Amino acid sequence: MATSNQLKRVDFIFRNENDWEKILSSTLKKKPQDLINELISSELKGRGGAGFPTGLKWKLTAESKEKEKYVICNADEGEPGTFKDREILSRVPYKVLTAMAICGYITGAKRGYIYLRGEYKFLLPELNKVIDEFDYYCKETDLDFKISIFMGSGAYICGEETALMESMEGKRGEPRNKPPFPTQSGFKGKPTVINNVETLVHTFTIFKYGAKKFYDLGVQYSRGTKLFSVSGDTPKPGIYELELGMSLQDFVYEFGDGDTKAVQVGGASGFLVPRKKFKDAAIGFKGKLTGISLPTGGSMMLFNSSRSMFNVLDNYLEFFREESCGQCTPCRVGCQQLLLGIKAVKRGEKPASYLDKLLRLTETMQYTAKCGLGQSVANSFSSIVENFREEMIY
Amino acid sequence: MDPIQTLVKDLAEKHGRSRESVLPILQGVVEQEKFLSERSMIEIAREIDIPAADVYGTATFYSFLETKPTGKFIIRVCKTITCAMKGKNQILFAIQDMLKISLGETTPDKQFTLLETNCLGWCHKAPAMLINDEIYTELTPEKVREILTGYMKVNVNH
Repeated sequence: MATSNQLKRVDFIFRNENDWEKILSSTLKKKPQDLINELISSELKGRGGAGFPTGLKWKLTAESKEKEKYVICNADEGEPGTFKDREILSRVPYKVLTAMAICGYITGAKRGYIYLRGEYKFLLPELNKVIDEFDYYCKETDLDFKISIFMGSGAYICGEETALMESMEGKRGEPRNKPPFPTQSGFKGKPTVINNVETLVHTFTIFKYGAKKFYDLGVQYSRGTKLFSVSGDTPKPGIYELELGMSLQDFVYEFGDGDTKAVQVGGASGFLVPRKKFKDAAIGFKGKLTGISLPTGGSMMLFNSSRSMFNVLDNYLEFFREESCGQCTPCRVGCQQLLLGIKAVKRGEKPASYLDKLLRLTETMQYTAKCGLGQSVANSFSSIVENFREEMIY
Repeated sequence: MDPIQTLVKDLAEKHGRSRESVLPILQGVVEQEKFLSERSMIEIAREIDIPAADVYGTATFYSFLETKPTGKFIIRVCKTITCAMKGKNQILFAIQDMLKISLGETTPDKQFTLLETNCLGWCHKAPAMLINDEIYTELTPEKVREILTGYMKVNVNH
C-alpha cells in the first residue's frame, strides 16, 4: 500500500547530552516570566495522555502566592501498552531532574518528588545515584531544590494526578474532586505542578534548543514529538520518537505485520481503530486534523486478524474492574457489570441487543464517573463493540 | 521490644511519623516481612498515632502490599493484553507444573507464592514476570524453568 507521508523519526529525548549542568545554569539566569512565555509559545501539551498545556500549568502554579509549593514527576506509568517512562528514567534521568529544578525555579517550589510505580523498583539504585549527584550539584551552586523518590505499590489509579497525591499523603489512592486543580491545591493542599516524565524531558529540549525548534515539529494543535510504545502483533516492538500528527495508515505501514486488523491507540483507556478507519485517523490532540484525531499517552498496540476482539475487550474490562478504586458507584459497579454483560451475551444468556444497553451504561459512566478511569472505559468499550459487534456475539 | 516493634520504630525514625510516612513504612515492613500482619499494622498505627483502620485501609488498597503470609519469593506474572496474547498461560502452566501450586498459593516450604498482576510495562518484551523486584522478560516455558531452578538452588545454599 502506498503511503502519503513517511513517518518522521526524530531523536531528541534519548539523545545523549552531557551538558545538563550548563543548560541548568544558563536557564536559571533567565527571568521566570520569559521562560514561561517560551514554554507557552512551544505549545507543549502534557504527554501522559490528557494533553493539558504545560506552560499554562507552570504559569498557574507560579502565580500562586503560597510559600510552599511542589513539583512532582509522575512516573506511575501503568497504562497497558506504555513503557516509555521507564526507558527515559533509565537512559536520560538527568534531563528529568534538570527540568524539575527549572520548574522549581519558575514556580517557586523547593521540593520535587518522583512518584515511581512499584513495578519499577529495580530502577531505584541507579536513580538514587543520579539524584545524589544532582543533589551535590545543587548544594555546590546554592540551588535550593531537593528531589526525592516516592515509591508506589501497585495501583494503576495512582497515575491519576490527585490519586497520586492522596497516595503520597499516606492514604488510599482515591481521586479527588476537581476543581480545585493541583496548580491551586495539590500535594498537602499546596500548589503543585505534576507532569509526566516525558513532558519534563520535552521542557528540557525546549529550554536547550528554544521553543521554535519544538514548535516546528508536528502539526497544528499537536506540536513537537512524542514517544510511542509499540507492542502487540508487530515485527518491531519497542520505543520510537515520532512527530505528532502522523496518520494511522502510515504508522501501520511502518509497524504492522501485513495483517493488522486493528490498533489500540492510547492503551486500554484509549480507542480501538479498525482497519477500515486507518486512513482517516491521525495521532494527535483534537484540532484541525482531518478525520478522527486520537490523543495518546503513546501506547500503540497492534492486533492482527488471528486475534479475537472479544478476548481483547474481556482482558481490558478485567483490568478496569480490578484497578477501579471503588469510591464512585458508576465506575465500581459499571466495570463489573460490563464484564458480566459481555460474557452473558457471548454465552447466549442475553440477546445481542443487550450490547446496546451496555453501551448506554458506558455513556452513563462517561458522564458520572469521578475521574478519568471510569470516564474512559467507554472509549475502548464502544470502539470495540461498535466495530466488532459480531465478534462479541458469536 | 519484639522484632516487629523494633522494625516499625526504626522505619518511623527513618521516614518520620506523619501521615505521609504511612506508605514508606508499610513498604519497609513488606520488604522485611514479605507481608503485613495485623500486628504490624496495629504497631504502625500506634507508632504514628493514627487509627489502625486507616493503616489497614491504606494497606489493602495497594496490590503490592500483601496482607496474607506469602513465600520468600513472590512471582507476579503479567496478565494484561500483550502478555496474554504472547503466551502468558503457557508461562503460568510451566510455573504451576514445576512448583505444584495454583494461582494465589504458596509452596509448602514457604519459598514461592504465585500471583498474577496487571500491566508491568514490558509489552514489547512480552510475556513478563516479576520475582520480588526482579524483572524477567521474553519468557518461554524453558526459560521460566531455568529461572526457577536458579532460585531453588539459591535456597539450598542458604
